[in-house]
Amino acid sequence: MPEPNYSWPPKEKRRVIGKRVSRIDGPAKASGRGKYGSDIHQPGLLFAALLTCPHAHARVRSVDTKEAQALKGVTAVEVISGPGTEIQWAGTEVAAVAAVTEEIARDAVRRIKVDYEILPHAVKEDDLKAAGARSKPAGEVLVGDPDDAFKKADVISEGEYGIPVLQHCCLEPHGQVVMWKGDSIEYWPSTQNVSGIGGDLAKSLEVPAANVHVHQDHMGGGFGSKFSADRWGVVAAKLSRASGGRPVKLFLDRRTELEIAGARPSGFARIKLGARKDGTILVWESHSWGTSGVGGGGVAATQLPYVFTNIPNKRVNHTGVITHTGPARAWRAPNHPQASFLTCCAIEDLAARLNLDPLEVFDKNFQYTARPEVYRAQLRKAAELIEWKKLWHPRGQSGPGPVKRGLGIGVATWGGLGHASDCRTTIHPDGSVEVELGSQDLGTGTRTVIAMVAAETLGLQVNQIQVKIGDNRYPPSGGSGGSTTVGGVSASTRKSTMNALQKLFEAVAPGLGVPPDQLEAVDGKIQVKGNPAKSLTWKAACQKLGVKPIVEMGQNNPKNPMGLISQGVGGIQIADVSVDTETGIVKLNRLVAVQDCGLIINPKTAESQVYGACIMAICGALFEERIMCQQTGRFLNADMEFYKLAGIDDIGEIIVHLDITPEHDARGVIGLGEPPVIPGIAAIANAVANAIGVRVPRVPLTPDRVLAALEGRRA
Amino acid sequence: MQAFEYASPTTLKEALALLGERWGEADVLAGGTDLLSLMKDYVHTPKRVVNIKGIAELGGIRKTAAGLRIGATVTLDELLSNPTVRAEYPSLWAAAEGVTSPQIRNMGTVGGDLCQRPRCWYFRLGYGLLAQKDGRSLVVNGENKYHAIFGGGPAYFVSASSLGPALVALGARIKLASASGTRELSAAEFFVIPKSDSEREIALRPNEILTEVLVPPAAGVRNATYEVRHKEALDWPLATASVALRMKGTTVESAKVVMGHVAPIPWQAKEAEQFLAGKTVTEEVAEQAGKAAVAGAKPLSQNAYKVRLAQVAVKRALLAAARGKA
Amino acid sequence: MKKSKHPEAKAQPVTGVSRRGFIRGVGLSGGAVGLLHPEAEAAQAPAVLGPGPVPITLLINGKPHKLEVEPRVTLLDALRERLELTGAKRVCDRGTCGACTVILGGKAVYACSVLAIDAQGKPIQTVEGINAGGRLHPVAAAFVNHDAQQCGYCTPGFVMAAKAFLDRNPNPTLEQVRKGLGGNLCRCGTYMGIRQAVLEAAKQLRGGARNA
Repeated sequence: MPEPNYSWPPKEKRRVIGKRVSRIDGPAKASGRGKYGSDIHQPGLLFAALLTCPHAHARVRSVDTKEAQALKGVTAVEVISGPGTEIQWAGTEVAAVAAVTEEIARDAVRRIKVDYEILPHAVKEDDLKAAGARSKPAGEVLVGDPDDAFKKADVISEGEYGIPVLQHCCLEPHGQVVMWKGDSIEYWPSTQNVSGIGGDLAKSLEVPAANVHVHQDHMGGGFGSKFSADRWGVVAAKLSRASGGRPVKLFLDRRTELEIAGARPSGFARIKLGARKDGTILVWESHSWGTSGVGGGGVAATQLPYVFTNIPNKRVNHTGVITHTGPARAWRAPNHPQASFLTCCAIEDLAARLNLDPLEVFDKNFQYTARPEVYRAQLRKAAELIEWKKLWHPRGQSGPGPVKRGLGIGVATWGGLGHASDCRTTIHPDGSVEVELGSQDLGTGTRTVIAMVAAETLGLQVNQIQVKIGDNRYPPSGGSGGSTTVGGVSASTRKSTMNALQKLFEAVAPGLGVPPDQLEAVDGKIQVKGNPAKSLTWKAACQKLGVKPIVEMGQNNPKNPMGLISQGVGGIQIADVSVDTETGIVKLNRLVAVQDCGLIINPKTAESQVYGACIMAICGALFEERIMCQQTGRFLNADMEFYKLAGIDDIGEIIVHLDITPEHDARGVIGLGEPPVIPGIAAIANAVANAIGVRVPRVPLTPDRVLAALEGRRA
Repeated sequence: MQAFEYASPTTLKEALALLGERWGEADVLAGGTDLLSLMKDYVHTPKRVVNIKGIAELGGIRKTAAGLRIGATVTLDELLSNPTVRAEYPSLWAAAEGVTSPQIRNMGTVGGDLCQRPRCWYFRLGYGLLAQKDGRSLVVNGENKYHAIFGGGPAYFVSASSLGPALVALGARIKLASASGTRELSAAEFFVIPKSDSEREIALRPNEILTEVLVPPAAGVRNATYEVRHKEALDWPLATASVALRMKGTTVESAKVVMGHVAPIPWQAKEAEQFLAGKTVTEEVAEQAGKAAVAGAKPLSQNAYKVRLAQVAVKRALLAAARGKA
Repeated sequence: MKKSKHPEAKAQPVTGVSRRGFIRGVGLSGGAVGLLHPEAEAAQAPAVLGPGPVPITLLINGKPHKLEVEPRVTLLDALRERLELTGAKRVCDRGTCGACTVILGGKAVYACSVLAIDAQGKPIQTVEGINAGGRLHPVAAAFVNHDAQQCGYCTPGFVMAAKAFLDRNPNPTLEQVRKGLGGNLCRCGTYMGIRQAVLEAAKQLRGGARNA
């Protein structure tokens, strides 16, 4: 038989795909039954605690663990940063203890004596002039003739903008339960990378990757920060071995989680635009800077100008600033939210300078983007949903009274091509179906999507599919980053289930008296195409298998997506804010998100991704920032009290419009986790500028910054 | 948390016998919302924890001719549910409501609110109450956007108490008991500005328990609290103001204006109080009073905005009080 | 009755119950002053427990659980690590985020900020309790229906906070829901679903559905 046609069924024939299905692991999570890595109990479980360094920059002279080891209940002590180690950020892991209770482990940690040679540190990057020798220029990108273009421009608009380091602040901290007994390791991490993390751990321990067994039913948030085994994984395994192979639980406390387990690079920039009177941009010049920690880094220069990449004349510079701060990790749409903020603020400031409606200015300059018509249509839709015509006013013309209202725009782009993924489908003679992938569900609804694709293909109900993920003994799937998961697992599941169905057709075709290619699976039956009277129930069909189940693989190869998946999406968000100009407090009234997407498998969980992304952007626009103290080198707000996250009453109303069209649907499945997190910060910052008449140059838009901008001061 | 011994006495006498003579020996546990965090961060490492929630005499709200008697272990939620508090002491009610976590309101007590330690991040990181390193204030030279704009040092933390400003404005008295007897302080006297790390920000002594708060009758006193908070969800205020206006018709006979989260203690704005005497509260008068209230502010490098917030809080509290019932 | 699975928690000597005032001079305040009339004081002093493990009984989801914990062990850690009731999560561990919310004596509290020893004598309801027997409580069911969860780590805390809220406010407005759940945080951003879920759960509960 020829290879089946794996294409998605046409929209009108889909029975499961496109329906609003409640996530299948929802009951387990909402009832507290679902087990996360941090919930795992194993007989003989030991608890570990970390000793971390309070200094931002230091050299370890000595580590004395004698008193810790002597404490009753302690089973093992491991030194992570031994004598001679140069510590480059506060919170660095120095030693770890395993004990029979967590309380004893913490007591023991406090008995470890470390002698440090304190070295000079620098933890700030917001002022580039102060960076001095810590600056790492990235080299200039030059396109066209910027100097000439500035001469020809009718207007030049300049601004300075900044977005600080944010923290992932996953609610489930990084960590794991791990048991290293003999030559094998049982490993329950909290990870975005079920298929890959075992190998990562093995590498550090010189154990064959084949001997590491990864388990993960649920995980409590990653946002890009949970791919590798990390030092805490390695040390937990060593503690386990040193404790005779007893399982060890080591999860970071909140302070350490924020200090070392995830940061998003900052992005500051001076931006100069030259444009015609009608708002057409002729030239872009920017000098950006930021930090990713000791490596310098910051928002990549290649990201500016964002989306409007084809502006004909550009001069782009970037300087990384070295800081002794916790290292950056990938953060939901790496670099994009920062670049969107920097770019869209500069464009709205240009529009204000020209007394033009930013709607027109964005529209005009979409010619410089890869997908002008998509953006134009999205902008129209977003403007309609926010009632732009009725509510927009020129910058600062907000009427009387201390509370000012304004609107602002943000733009996004993202890839989202499905990652490599293998799937194994087993159809058992009793009719039960297993679909196995070494994937993970970060809360994005991956399990549910897999079940829906399998149910669609096999003509079954979602609850007839047993989805098995979260184990590295299942066929490998990529890590969940880059919004690649839904594409990867939906394509591999489609192929695998279709291959299995093909085998089932072959098994039952003789009985039904037609060739296998004349069969279809519909509504729990295998039937002759066009003749539902000639059919077998699913169960009866599977019984024909005798004793041997069907086991079939399916693979997604990103290089050959076969029309199932695609990449490249855009999105527009418009914010509606009210600002109390007496207190500087910004309230989000509404945020409209128009999001381009391909074929949507589950609109319910897809919308949740957009809602959630918008809320994350609201946090970044209004509340979140890492506050470092240069005197102490410490991250002062490494908690959930002053590292502020929006609560349920801090987000206004969010209006999501998934841009579902036949053209987009025909592109296949595209990842959606990241793109909607990008434009919100820009939209909110622009709305505040529109409301109060002046640009608040740096986010988050806290009362101190808003009032300073109103009073013409620098916050 | 360092290990400690624990007792849950049922009488005040028993509880007092369990306290130490110095700080660090014993800590009093009520709602636990602050104490447990302090112990987890090793800012407090008491040898003993004395739970006072089982002491019946420390609970309950009672209306008497002398005013309202509020037991130390009354929770913020009980305070909010009390009809007298709601009707006659809106400033106190609003201050409790400003703690926007129902869980904290269910757990946190009136006594705990008054005795809680500052949220200054340097203090919580173990740099001491005055947050000094090598004799220099970390606050003055560091990250001080949430710190004091009044007081002038060497303490720059802000009093974390939500109820303190309202109680000071209402002229409340605070009763403290020790094994050797009881004493009573005005709410204003209860809060003190420490001069060294070994002092505390309240007048309570290590061998004492705050037993009750007495709020004088509010007849003829219009009172209100206005809080500037960044978030609607649980968040510390950036600045607050509580006012109590003794009225004669529409005229202010005497005023109490107390700002919160702007100084190591609830900060009484004497200038504003004097300015208000004999005036009718209008938008203009409230604005002027707000300005007077912050005239003596000395902001640090990053908290000039709090001067403005305190001024606005005073204005808005006055206007709310003027609109309310006497 | 369920027994603690951590016999080794007894590794430290059980101090047991004693009756003593503050013993001055045991390395606490320097000089060995001693008590003049220790017997007289002991007679009126209440039990002082710990610092070693102390037997306690917690009334969880209607059943008494006996365990031995040091006084410093929080209710959250007792639930999670001693009793394997891991629905309540440890996130901030400082009384801010609400992920550890349980209902103690009818009120929502942060289990991270309650000592286990102090949680005795009052009924404790956990997310496992209200969803016992594989049947979802209407609040949890509404969370599922409205996709009011993503990673789900904040969800049990939110479900318990919402249940406690609805117990007191059976017919809330959207505005009241927004104000009534100010003690919980979510990182994935599920608040839009939670608002709808709580309103729907209120309707379900008013309609006579089970109200545990």
